[in-house]
Amino acid sequence: MIATTGTALTPHAYLQARSRWGVIEIAFWLATLLPFFLFPNYLSLASQIAITALFALSLDLILGYAGIVSLGHAAFFGLGAYAAGIFSKFVWGEPLSGLVVAAVVAGVVGYATSFIIARFRHLTLIMITLGLGFLVHELANSAHFITGGADGLQGVRIWPIFNYFRFDLYGYTAYSYSLVVLFLTFLVARRLINSPFGLALRGIRENPNRMPAIGASSRAHIRKIYTISATIAGIAGGLLAQTTETVSLGSIDFQRSADVVVMLVLGGVGKLYGGLLGAIIFMVARDQFSGLNPQFWYFPIGVLLVAVVMFLPGGILGGLSRLLAGIRGRRP
Amino acid sequence: MRKMLLGAIGLTAALFVAPAAHAQTPLKIGLISAYSGQFADTAAQIDNGVKLYIKQHGDVVAGRKIEILRKDTGGPNPDVAKRLAQELVVRDSADILAGFTLTPEAMAASDISAEAKKFMVIMNAATSIITTKSNYSARVSLTLPMIGETIAKWAYKDGVRKAYTMVADFGPGHDAEQSFQKAFKEAGGEIVGSVRMPVANPDFSAFVQRAKDLNPESIFVFIPGGAQPSALGKAFAERGVDPNKIRILSTGEPVDETALKSLGDIAVGRISAWHYDYNLNNPLNKKFVAAFNAEFKRNPDFFALGGYDGMHLIYESLKKTGGKSDGDSLIAAAKGMKWDSPRGPVSIDPETRDVVNTVYIRRVQKVGNELVNVEFDKFENVKDPVKAAMKK
Repeated sequence: MIATTGTALTPHAYLQARSRWGVIEIAFWLATLLPFFLFPNYLSLASQIAITALFALSLDLILGYAGIVSLGHAAFFGLGAYAAGIFSKFVWGEPLSGLVVAAVVAGVVGYATSFIIARFRHLTLIMITLGLGFLVHELANSAHFITGGADGLQGVRIWPIFNYFRFDLYGYTAYSYSLVVLFLTFLVARRLINSPFGLALRGIRENPNRMPAIGASSRAHIRKIYTISATIAGIAGGLLAQTTETVSLGSIDFQRSADVVVMLVLGGVGKLYGGLLGAIIFMVARDQFSGLNPQFWYFPIGVLLVAVVMFLPGGILGGLSRLLAGIRGRRP
Repeated sequence: MRKMLLGAIGLTAALFVAPAAHAQTPLKIGLISAYSGQFADTAAQIDNGVKLYIKQHGDVVAGRKIEILRKDTGGPNPDVAKRLAQELVVRDSADILAGFTLTPEAMAASDISAEAKKFMVIMNAATSIITTKSNYSARVSLTLPMIGETIAKWAYKDGVRKAYTMVADFGPGHDAEQSFQKAFKEAGGEIVGSVRMPVANPDFSAFVQRAKDLNPESIFVFIPGGAQPSALGKAFAERGVDPNKIRILSTGEPVDETALKSLGDIAVGRISAWHYDYNLNNPLNKKFVAAFNAEFKRNPDFFALGGYDGMHLIYESLKKTGGKSDGDSLIAAAKGMKWDSPRGPVSIDPETRDVVNTVYIRRVQKVGNELVNVEFDKFENVKDPVKAAMKK
């Protein structure tokens, strides 16, 4: 992101430097607490933003770091959502265990499909992920007896967290819960990216054929990160199911897969914070624009997307960091 | 400041101090529908109905100015619908939730209506059980079992003894199938076979052939509107199922205005049961259709009527409560409400809060150069049979 110094660092020192917390990062996470004080009426939106940000983060891990373009990532989001929803309906409504179930289900399916994913790249890969997305969508649609099909899963009841924090109408619990899960998952992702494993992933993104030559097996790495990404997407889906107490085919359809790619591209691919920023921009813009005009709110988003892709190749985050570097550079 | 304080301590207590009805405060109605996406047109028609009603009756009721807040769910997205309902209640302090084109969205928003004790008016979504989810909801559209049961009764009365059913494989389809089969068997008829078809099914020829092979006297069909009605109609024609020999029975959607336009003459003779058509012959409807055309340059359909009648229920309930807009007063006022709608006499069942109306039996005929549904029989005061059975 920020230009590295000219002096050669050892890989170890480089990674250490990358994993140090910057002021802006700390400020960002402190700012996520602001909605509690500034916009107490927007907490349910804030919780859905946090969930979407988590989903975008999961996509960033594979798209931004390993170069796997997926147009079917909602499959894992939806799997997690249905797993959490069905679990609460038929087993019990305790949210934390439900979230674990969501993560495991999505992770297992992610691991199973990662063997196919790791074999292909580029257009083939896009088509495969797209196809997998459609498959899972159709499965959820036809398994009417358990998923509720096109009618949505009804009867999801979630207990209070730790039997104390009830999911309230204002969304306090929902936002706190989503934010904590987002933050913890983010820590894991951040640690992962700033490790030798993360570095190897970036190498694979740049040149998948060369990496095995220096001792890093591309396919094994891709399988690992794809499984991790699927797990995180599943957690995001599980969160949505639990905080809204409903699951529908909308949580698993192509629109959701496409939206998350749009968010990531808006925010900036391969930057960890890109997906977070993209999710905030997309969801707030959607909320505001659709308030102005419920029919055509996608129009300004489209304009924004085209503008960002044309003029800010690194996304909004890339543009911001260039701006920041420019300001710093000008200083005496 | 008070808001901040409430915010800080959290919560449910706020519900009890929710703004009381002041004669001057505007009354906010949150309209939640899929304004964008594949169901956008149905939401647009509901909205037209709402707009026309406000235009004709003014935007001040019982001393309160009506304010409409429109929210888009973007397709069948119950999670979004629920959040929007939540935000309307919490952020915009909406007094009434309304709209709801799609069943899953209505179901999800019902949770909010129940929790926040807000009056909710369902203007379209037609699955029977929706109104059981919140004690503050009322429906002005219809339920599919009402239609399925009525047409089954009519078919038996008309001499049909063997019927086959074809429905789309989702909630409303199952509702329609079960209600038809139950009522037909109870009347003494025989179901010779049935099939559930995928919701987004492009080709019906195999299904139609299978139905034809069983040689039923009638086939009952339920499929969602859109591109499918014409595909199904053409499959009937190709496989040689003549509506004038084998009775093709359906709900209103497969023979609505758009479907008839694309089907053409092969639709002549098809029979359907429905609660509304722009062609209904009564003075109130004639006025409604003329006003609607003047305003929006198209004919109203049952979605538009849902919006229109929904607003009527809201206006009349408010008049009864004298402008009080809390959920308990409004739902009490709405229960048992009776009025004359363009579809004929309508009332809200005081027990189930569901609509009670006339179901018309219509046949597709050529009138002048146009294909229209002409009603020739009707069943009055039809209630939702599913909830009636639940009580027993």
